[in-house]
Amino acid sequence: MAKRDDDKGIVLTEAQKRARRSRSIAIALALAALVVLFYVMTLVKGPAVLIRPL
Amino acid sequence: MSLISEGADFRKAAVPGAAEPSLASVGDYIALLKPRVMSLVVFTALTGLAVAPGHIHPLTAFTALLCIAVGAGASGALNMWYDADIDALMTRTARRPVPMGRVQPGEALAFGLTLSVFAVVVLGLLVNLLSAALLAFTIFFYAVIYTMWLKRSTPQNIVIGGAAGAFPPMIGWAAVTGSLSLEPVLLFAIIFFWTPPHFWALALYKTQDYARAGVPMLPVVSGDANTRLQILLYTLILVPLGIAPYALGYAGLLYGVTAAVTGAIMLLLAVQVLREKPPLERACRNLFAFSILYLFLLFAVLLVERGWDGLMARLAA
Repeated sequence: MAKRDDDKGIVLTEAQKRARRSRSIAIALALAALVVLFYVMTLVKGPAVLIRPL
Repeated sequence: MSLISEGADFRKAAVPGAAEPSLASVGDYIALLKPRVMSLVVFTALTGLAVAPGHIHPLTAFTALLCIAVGAGASGALNMWYDADIDALMTRTARRPVPMGRVQPGEALAFGLTLSVFAVVVLGLLVNLLSAALLAFTIFFYAVIYTMWLKRSTPQNIVIGGAAGAFPPMIGWAAVTGSLSLEPVLLFAIIFFWTPPHFWALALYKTQDYARAGVPMLPVVSGDANTRLQILLYTLILVPLGIAPYALGYAGLLYGVTAAVTGAIMLLLAVQVLREKPPLERACRNLFAFSILYLFLLFAVLLVERGWDGLMARLAA
């Protein structure tokens, strides 16, 4: 459990730091994948990327 | 109503814990996505996508499947957020991340909502608007209509709620064609009528779990005998529907034979379930297990027979 220190605020335990780091990496990878997906799809579709049929 | 109140209390009670820095791992968040359900959703969506007429770029097809998978996972996360109170009471679901306390309810809610928005928006921007609208409706139907409303209020919960699981082939079809027709509706109907025998077979040997959680599943409300009869009745509707793609000329002989043989086994198992006297449950377990294989085989053969050539042609184009 995290300790509360009035001067330092909430101090994370090692387990909490590890969990946060792994979550941050996963979010970064997901966002990078989304950027790559949009980039590649724009290349593939060309100007048609702006046309959205039903 | 009391159940809903208890549910609300559970979520409120968990809020103070949300101030504590989370220990949730990436694996916990993946568990929120219900990966096994997601895999069946992706598979049926792939079939809908592959059998649809017309051209779709392989990368667009991949994007559509990715969005459908993420949307299905988001529905699972929203379901686990709302149902954490009853999940904690059932052996099958007690080890899920929210009832175990590894993920706070608020985290599951935020995760589910974020993924829902991303999945629908990306599908709309990169594929087409009809498939995005269908995905949005599917998420809404599963999270709100089924999870928040039907599940705790009627024994018809999984009958109506089954529609949510039946939409993915239609979304896959719509991703290719931008429209709908009888064939994807038929695929929808197969999954829709498959859902009650599948879930009620499970509910028959998990009746105590559902009763303890206060979920009005059919065996809890109407009793064992009526549920076994209902399973047979729904199977009698399901089997002809399973053969219909062949009868209507949408599928070939291999599909027809597969649907007829596996349909006959489904009927046989449903009759065994009807004849089995509680507390025996072996026939229920057999039907539950075989129903998964049945649906998988129908869609797999359809995919191989109708979709594979089309898929390969699209990849080569």
